[in-house]
Amino acid sequence: MTRNADTGQAGAVTCTGLAYAFGETNAVDGLELSVAEGEVFGLLGPNGAGKTTAIRCITTLLPVPAGMVQVFGHDAAKDRMAVRRLLGYVPQQLSADAGLTGRENVALFARVFDVPRGERAERVGQALAAVGLTDAADRLTGTYSGGMVRRLELAQALVSAPRLLILDEPTIGLDPIARTGVWDHINAVRAATGMTVLVTTHYMDEADQYCDRVALMHRGRIRALGTPDELREGLGERRRAEGAAATDPLPTLEDVFRDVAGSGLDDQAGGFRDVRSTRRTAHRVG
Amino acid sequence: MSEAPAAPRTASADPHPAPGIDLLLRPPRPRAGWRLLPARVIAMCAVELQKLRHDRTELYTRAVQPALWLLIFGQTFTRIKAIPTGGIPYVDYLAPGIIAQSAMFIAIFYGIQIIWERDAGILNKLLVTPTPRSALITGKAFAAGVKSLIQAVVVILIAALLGVVLTWNPLKLLGVAAIVVLGSAFFSCLSMSIAGIVLNRDRLMGFGQAITMPLFFGSNALYPVSVMPGWLQAVSKVNPLSYQVDALRGLLLGTHAHVGLDFAVLLVAAALGITAASSLLGRLAR
Ligand SMILES: Nc1ncnc2c1ncn2[C@@H]1O[C@H](COP(=O)(O)OP(=O)(O)OP(=O)(O)O)[C@@H](O)[C@H]1O
Ligand SMILES: [Mg+2]
Repeated sequence: MTRNADTGQAGAVTCTGLAYAFGETNAVDGLELSVAEGEVFGLLGPNGAGKTTAIRCITTLLPVPAGMVQVFGHDAAKDRMAVRRLLGYVPQQLSADAGLTGRENVALFARVFDVPRGERAERVGQALAAVGLTDAADRLTGTYSGGMVRRLELAQALVSAPRLLILDEPTIGLDPIARTGVWDHINAVRAATGMTVLVTTHYMDEADQYCDRVALMHRGRIRALGTPDELREGLGERRRAEGAAATDPLPTLEDVFRDVAGSGLDDQAGGFRDVRSTRRTAHRVG
Repeated sequence: MSEAPAAPRTASADPHPAPGIDLLLRPPRPRAGWRLLPARVIAMCAVELQKLRHDRTELYTRAVQPALWLLIFGQTFTRIKAIPTGGIPYVDYLAPGIIAQSAMFIAIFYGIQIIWERDAGILNKLLVTPTPRSALITGKAFAAGVKSLIQAVVVILIAALLGVVLTWNPLKLLGVAAIVVLGSAFFSCLSMSIAGIVLNRDRLMGFGQAITMPLFFGSNALYPVSVMPGWLQAVSKVNPLSYQVDALRGLLLGTHAHVGLDFAVLLVAAALGITAASSLLGRLAR
């Protein structure tokens, strides 16, 4: 059910036994992951599961040994520049340079991705238009709302026409309308470009609605993998086998999440650091 | 089992028909190896100039201190003639020292800025672009140089208003510009290296305070090396600021100086600084 054997060759992302530790903390601990080209892949899991750390390994931000991470066949340890050229990355934290306008923020990324000068202004304009920021483009981003900053970050990531868009909680701290807005823009660009999307989120409804496949991560490893439907049906079947009535409603993705995250695997997850870093995130965002 | 991940599940319900998106479908062609570094340096300098254009307050506030030094310290010591300057008025002697000092203060701030960019998530995003760490640091170093250059112009104007007789020979002024940029490149890298070691802003502020004054007083900015006690002369000999001041005096005032040696020392110092800061930058990304 799980591995996408049907896609065959080098997928967009392949992690083989990916492990990363911060001192004593094994943040990622033997992660097996393969994202197929063109799909929207959701990485879910409780706070501290290791989602961000895994993403930072894939984006070459954290050093990993050769052979653990492949992006479109390029090794993240040996071929960093090639990997980076294929990536658009929106980190968990809302981040735009408040001293620059939206347009300048995007132009910087056009510059560092070697967009030729003659084409730069137009490409930046298209990226801003694609996220609906044309009108606000010449305002300082210090005046943007959270949703606008997120869309600006999307434009920064899209200006280089990435084959793989990596989004770490793209809708964190956004209101429901802004959330839908971000996803609409992602999907519009994706429909046109066919790029692959790897996304983490804590919103089960988003995962359900927008992801082709999801993986549930817990304590550094993937504990469940499949389409949202497959995961729900899998849990329903298991519950029926355990004696639940056949008439019980089908479990939701949130039930699957609770099943995996609360599966007595641990009693230390969600420790002090996790709470602190989550609060920090909340503070930055809000 | 037979999932079709490539089929855009939700994108079909696209509410935003792609508005002129053709450029976002094509990744830009990578620049050839040797052209990458200058391109990144230009990108970083452009950002610096854009920020200055939006907010000039820093330009004005940073002009206050050098003006006070020249006006009060310079005028007073010109009258009491306590410092042997080789026959020129003390305020003239002091002006190049103050140019170097104010450039150094600006450059030293870059370590704090890079930690701030790390905390704000901006640095992480830049590190996921095809920008080698050394190119990022070189870019920042030259951005510091550009900012210092603007500051130097301000100080030169103040000095000219105070009646200091400076050269207007364009070649010599070009040399002055090069010296200011090299010195700032070194001091910004020194500060970014310390940032890579201490990793946090408060500690770095402490270090910044602790090193700027000794660098300033342990140089020939205020008084000639010949009047220093032996141990301070030794400090001054290894202090790049002394070489910077020496060259500026030689070029701006035409006093006896070792401009060639000064250039060489500053070039080597800047190169070493860039190397050190680049290799420590990875620590900030973790
Ligand atoms: N820079 C760091 N230094 C030390 N420990 C870290 C660091 N970053 C993450 N960790 C630890 O690694 C583990 C995984 O963290 P990570 O941020 O990857 O989780 P996450 O799944 O992204 O969580 P969240 O949903 O809260 O974003 C946590 O236990 C966390 O405390
Ligand atoms: Mg995270």
